[in-house]
Order: sequence, then structure tokens, then C-alpha cells
Amino acid sequence: MSAPAIALQLQLFDGRRRVELDAPQGRVVVVGPSGAGKSTLLRAIAGIEPRARGRIAIDGQPWLDSDAGVCVPAPARAVGYVPQDARLFPHVRVRDNLLWAGRAEPGACGRVAAALGIEHLLDRMPRHLSGGERQRVALGRALLSRARLLALDEPFAALDRPLRRAVLAVVLDHLARERTALVLVTHDERELDGLDALVHAM
Amino acid sequence: MLGLDPSAATLADPIATSLAVASWATVIALPPAIALGWLLARREFFGKALVSALLFAPMVLPPVVTGLLLLRLLGRHGPLGPALAQLGLSIPFSFAAAVVAATVVGLPLLVMSVRAAFAAVDPRYDALAATLGDGAWARFRRVVLPLSWPGIVGGAVLMFARALGEFGATIMLAGDSDDARTIAIAIYALFDDPRQQPEVARLAGASVLLSLVALVAYERFVRWQRRRLEWDDGA
Repeated sequence: MSAPAIALQLQLFDGRRRVELDAPQGRVVVVGPSGAGKSTLLRAIAGIEPRARGRIAIDGQPWLDSDAGVCVPAPARAVGYVPQDARLFPHVRVRDNLLWAGRAEPGACGRVAAALGIEHLLDRMPRHLSGGERQRVALGRALLSRARLLALDEPFAALDRPLRRAVLAVVLDHLARERTALVLVTHDERELDGLDALVHAM
Repeated sequence: MLGLDPSAATLADPIATSLAVASWATVIALPPAIALGWLLARREFFGKALVSALLFAPMVLPPVVTGLLLLRLLGRHGPLGPALAQLGLSIPFSFAAAVVAATVVGLPLLVMSVRAAFAAVDPRYDALAATLGDGAWARFRRVVLPLSWPGIVGGAVLMFARALGEFGATIMLAGDSDDARTIAIAIYALFDDPRQQPEVARLAGASVLLSLVALVAYERFVRWQRRRLEWDDGA
């Protein structure tokens, strides 16, 4: 845990719900039943939820401030976003999905792919992958984008228990190495040992 | 071999002329069709209904009427005639006239295919690319265009087939001039001449064959597109 934390603050409302978070250490686990708006929250953070209203600040910089008319567009935020369906670009190989953002250091792709157990899939097309494989590729793509914030939507849902542990270890290693905030959405907060995070229930 | 050079098309085989006209028309129509298809699929703008009405009119108008309007527009005394003359261009009754007629009549088919292909791209891919740092142009180039490419190619094949069979607008704008004698025009010119019956039969046969080849190619592209875009099934 060498890198200093990235503080994350947000107050969002969509007419029905209000979400308030203040995470100076920059690590949040969001739990709650389906339909509570967890995925919408992640999309708002990533900048791809046009209906988002309120305030989002990372490291003190505003990404969204509806009252002041501030909304940093998604490409400028460059959040490491993993959608719930672990969507991959279907027309390019796994390797090109991983390297999509073009910001990975040389050798990082091989290292991340090996850690996630997907190095044998690099030359495959996404349609030949299982759900668990897609999930790991989508996570690897987010890690390799070197984002200041990871927004992970149920990143372990399609993984069995041993794999879940291994993938969590990869995320923890990434957080220890890079200066990155984390918002992780899950319906099951067990098995997140070692992730010293604020738990927010929706 | 396709006789893409207009001057070489003089007294050429009508089959070569037809292929050349349809190829030029499709190639010329592609860039505006991609721009128009994108505008119609992804953007709301003032006058959108009018633009699409004008664009799709050649699909429902009798081709002869389209040809007549083009002749009035591009002819020596038409609104665009003097400007074309200044550029040293005289469109009517030339190879270029056949290309213009085929382009205008075929463009709506291509735009419709391109629009459908763009509309079929799941906006979530677009959003995902945005989170990975891609701006609007990068997303169009890296996501929207490659995912809709099979639909665009399919539309180009359809337009090519339609342009190959163009008659009404072509006979009005190009007439039966030597370098614009397409299959359809040649058949019309020769069909009641008893000595030309073998030539008429040859041209009709070629026409049927080319249309079938184009339509089979279209079917294959449609299937390829479905396979490439299939994704949610396996997830």
C-alpha cells in the first residue's frame, strides 16, 4: 500500500434515490439488492449515464457538478469500467481488447494475462470465450487502461470460488502498485478479504 | 477488364459498360451514403424528415421521372448546366450520365442499409470505448464502422445489383449513346431486330446471372454480419 490514496466523494440523485459517499481512502464496496441502482451509480461515475445529477469529485477534482454545469466527458475521465455483462469488443481478438486503451506499459499485457489465467486466450475472438473468461478479459482491459479509478460491476459473478480468490488477488496487487481508486459493486460482500474498503449499502 | 476508364467504354460490350456504370455508381455513392446513414441513424436535426424524403424519393418515383428531373437539373439550360459547362462538363447523353442516373436511383438502397447497420450497433459498445478514452471520431472508426461494415458491404452489393438493372432514369439522362449503352439500354434498342436475337438473349442471360450472383453475395454478407455481431447469445 505504497501509493497515496485517491479520495472519492459523491452525492448523486436521480429523483427517486440519493447516494452519498465520502471515501478518503478511495475504496468502496457497494452492496444492495438488484434494482437498487448500483449499476447506474457505476455508469454515472464512468460518465456514461446521461441522466446522472449531483456531484462527483476524485482527488478533489470535479468530474460532475450539475449545479455548476460541470460534466467531464467519459473519454477524459477514462475510468477502468467493467460492465456487469463483461462486454468485449466482438470484432477484435482478446489481445486487442486488453490493449484497447493503448496505455499499457510494454510487457504489462502478458503479466496481467498470466495473472488472470487468460494468456492462452490472447489470439481468440471473444465469441469463443466462456462467461468467466470474458469477465477476466474485461477486468484485464480495465487494469491495463491504467485508470485512476476502477469501476467494477459484479466482477466475480461468473467465477468459481478458487478463481474468485485469484482474481481478487490480482485486483489487490494492482491497487498496491498503482495509484487507483476502486468502486466495486457486488450483491455478495463475502470473500472480499484484504480489500480494506468502505462498505456502502444501497 | 471492367472498363472503368470511360473512354475505353466506347463501343464496348454492354455487359462491360453495365459493370463499369454500376461499379462507379456504387463507389461514388459510398462516402455520402455512410455520412447520410450515420446522420439518419444517430442524429436528430432540423429538416431530417425533408432530407430523408428527398433522399428516398428515387426509390418510389418512377425512374423515368427521376431521369427527367436529373435531365432538367443537369442539362444545358438547367440550374446546374452553366456551372457544369464552365467546368467543361456536359453530363447528359454520356457515360457520366449513366453513372449519375445509377447513383441517384441506387443511393437510397445503400443509405437504408447503412442506416440500419449503424442503428444495429449496440450503444453500449460506444459507451465502453468512451470509458477507455476514445473520443467521438475514434469510436466511429474503431467501433461503429467495423461493427457495421458487413451491413455496409451488403448494402453496396444491393445497390450494385440495382444499378446494374437501371433503365428508366438512364434512358432519360444518357439516352442510347455509344459509351453509355448498358445491358438494359442495349436490349431495349435491339429487342425487335430479328438479326439481333442471339445478342438480346446473351445480354438477358448475363443480366439474370449477374443479378443472381449479386443477390447470393448479399445473402452471404447478411449471414456473416449476423455471425459477427452475435454476442449476447453466448454471454
